[in-house]
Amino acid sequence: MATTKEITIGDVNARASELETELQGETMALNVGPSHPTTHGVLRLMMELDGDVVKKCEPVLGYLHRGDEKIAENMTYNQFVPYTDRLDYLAPLANNVAYAMAVEKLAALEVPERCQSIRVLCCELARISSHLLGVGVYGMDAGAWTVFMFTFTEREKLYTLFEELTGARFTTSYTRIGGVARDIPEGWLGRVLEFCKGVLPVLDQVDKLLTRNRIFMDRTVGVGAISKEDAIAYGITGPNLRACGVDLDLRKDKPYLGYEKYDFDVPIGTNGDCYDRYLMRAEEIRQSVRIVRQCIDQFPEGAYYAEDAKKIFAPNKAKVLTSMEELIQNFMIVTEGPQVPAGEVYFEAENPKGALGFFVVSKGGGVPYRLKIRGPSFCNLSILDKLIPGHYLTDITVILGSLDFVMGECDR
Amino acid sequence: MDILAMLLPIAFSLTMISVFMGLCSYSVLAERKVSSWIQGRVGPNRTRIPLVGHIPILGNLLTGLGIFQPAADGLKFLFKEEIIPGHVKVGYYYLAPIIALAPALTTMVVLPFGRYVDPAGVVQPLVLANIDVGILFILGVSSLGVYGIVLAGWSSNSKYPFLGAIRSSAQMISYELAMGLAILPVFMWSSAPGSEYGLSLFGVVQSQQSLWLIIWQPLSALIFLVAVFAETNRLPFDMAESETDLVGGFHTEYGCFKFGLFFVAEYAHVIMGSALFVCLFLGGWNFLPGIADPWSDNVFGTVLSVLWFMSKVFFMIFFFIWVRWTLPRFRYDQVMSLGWKILLPLAIGNLVFNTLIIAAYDHFTRN
Repeated sequence: MATTKEITIGDVNARASELETELQGETMALNVGPSHPTTHGVLRLMMELDGDVVKKCEPVLGYLHRGDEKIAENMTYNQFVPYTDRLDYLAPLANNVAYAMAVEKLAALEVPERCQSIRVLCCELARISSHLLGVGVYGMDAGAWTVFMFTFTEREKLYTLFEELTGARFTTSYTRIGGVARDIPEGWLGRVLEFCKGVLPVLDQVDKLLTRNRIFMDRTVGVGAISKEDAIAYGITGPNLRACGVDLDLRKDKPYLGYEKYDFDVPIGTNGDCYDRYLMRAEEIRQSVRIVRQCIDQFPEGAYYAEDAKKIFAPNKAKVLTSMEELIQNFMIVTEGPQVPAGEVYFEAENPKGALGFFVVSKGGGVPYRLKIRGPSFCNLSILDKLIPGHYLTDITVILGSLDFVMGECDR
Repeated sequence: MDILAMLLPIAFSLTMISVFMGLCSYSVLAERKVSSWIQGRVGPNRTRIPLVGHIPILGNLLTGLGIFQPAADGLKFLFKEEIIPGHVKVGYYYLAPIIALAPALTTMVVLPFGRYVDPAGVVQPLVLANIDVGILFILGVSSLGVYGIVLAGWSSNSKYPFLGAIRSSAQMISYELAMGLAILPVFMWSSAPGSEYGLSLFGVVQSQQSLWLIIWQPLSALIFLVAVFAETNRLPFDMAESETDLVGGFHTEYGCFKFGLFFVAEYAHVIMGSALFVCLFLGGWNFLPGIADPWSDNVFGTVLSVLWFMSKVFFMIFFFIWVRWTLPRFRYDQVMSLGWKILLPLAIGNLVFNTLIIAAYDHFTRN
């Protein structure tokens, strides 16, 4: 005869919650940085680990603080150009341009078309160089060293071009208020086109190595996803913002330097995860190449500086030695700096890392009264303490790599 | 006579260790040269030693190929200042690199690397100890290598090595299962009823005279290959090192020759893994599938068989390097889920499948 017997196993949830404290164990404090291979500079992360999962992450900044903004108050506008090189030192040309544009906006100065085209070339080549390194280092963070070497080789070719243009490979200091330091060298445009021809096959190779690579996708898809709302709330800009699906590119939305003339697409992501951020950068290189080609196709003739800005742009050296008026003009600009009227202005440009903004307050004369820099890397990193918890320790590398920040700009 | 019988194995072992260590250091060179070839760089091409390096054409060629680089690398490790961080447990700290290297060197004892024909006309393997459970010995001893890594992590008394050691031990234990199960079918076939070959590695190689096992058992070969990658702690499975997030993993606190030993141990494992794969799946010294061995019965044939075996091993080493410089790194939990959720079930399924086939084969041939 069969009998059924009921047994109780008690309240499962209550027992589980009782055990929970026992199972939890201790967390481990782990300090990453400021000197650590994953931090790309001197970012420091104070983390609390539960096994291999990060529970809490507190970014510590300021190890590279130089007081750039205060320094700016003690020198003429042109003297500050080299300091802008050291903001985002992976795209110094773009910083130079953004700074010069900000001051010119304050002085209500229009630079001639040729100067604009030169600056567009500078910006886009700087973007290509920065993104090449961004994608390469990102690959390296995920363990794919070869990608890094491929892109680094291309970047090296670009640096040779920069050297030809500005005289320096790394810290270019190319722009002056009202123009650029010198005209483009002969035959340089052809060499830029040659570079453009060479960089696309390398991008295809990177594509083959990473884009549909199962391991790379496993590492990046869904990792470090930022929602649209968060991205806007934290003030993220640049490719990181566009990866979240927000269509904001200052080159399209607030065109400067005649960007409206060029035909290019702005890639927009869907998930805002690490994988999308990689795709953004890879695509932006291609789009930049498009802009460079169009720019060179219709490269205007004319002066490479604003000729009518007698109090802002120092005249040609040959003229200084032969004509009295130019000699005085040169003397005034060198001793007192470019004369910018009183007022305040905010200008931001779409830099490789995001929107780099300069807020300049002038009380007249050749020295800014106050200069505030909005570094995109700083804002992009502000989401770290929300983004990182819950991820594996190994993911931190990929997330940091995908955010593509530069501490020089973050700490200023 | 007795003394000679005692000394001869020792002399053989010493010769083999030196050849093996030479191979290790030249695989480091191969790694550097192949990686630079893959990445469009040049690689080591400046190290020159006096006299040999200055022979007119040959010297430049050898220098360009980086032939002298391993000597420079080794000497650098030897002459570096011996630094012991204050927070380590000194005894275990020194023991760890030794334990890491010793198993890799020990396993080569049972590795057959060629064959000769003895006066009686029987084919014999060239091996230090032809024991009939060779593969068991290799699996057992090589897995001791994980203790070196765990010990290094613990004794360093520092967080990054600790994390590296934990990851590594978990990973190696998981993949050992899949590895063991993957090669079981191989030995089931080589010692199946009616087969004259036993459990020894020599037997497995002899059983591949007509058909390589990679063709016959592709799934086993694949699982074994992946497991070997995991066991050697190389990319895409280099959880223990993972230099971008764990700095250097288990060897973060190591410098000078102690680090050198870890380094050599990694390459020793790579060579052992390659040699094992060649023995088990690529036919050892057998010429090509379907073609009878052209090696003659004299010494010349023996040398050829060894060279043929070595060229296969070199190809496998190249394959290891190739993969390392092509693929990104797995995440720790992905490594574990690949091991437990994919490789292990596959290996078990493969084992069951082969068992059934062998049983059926046995059943039908007996009637």
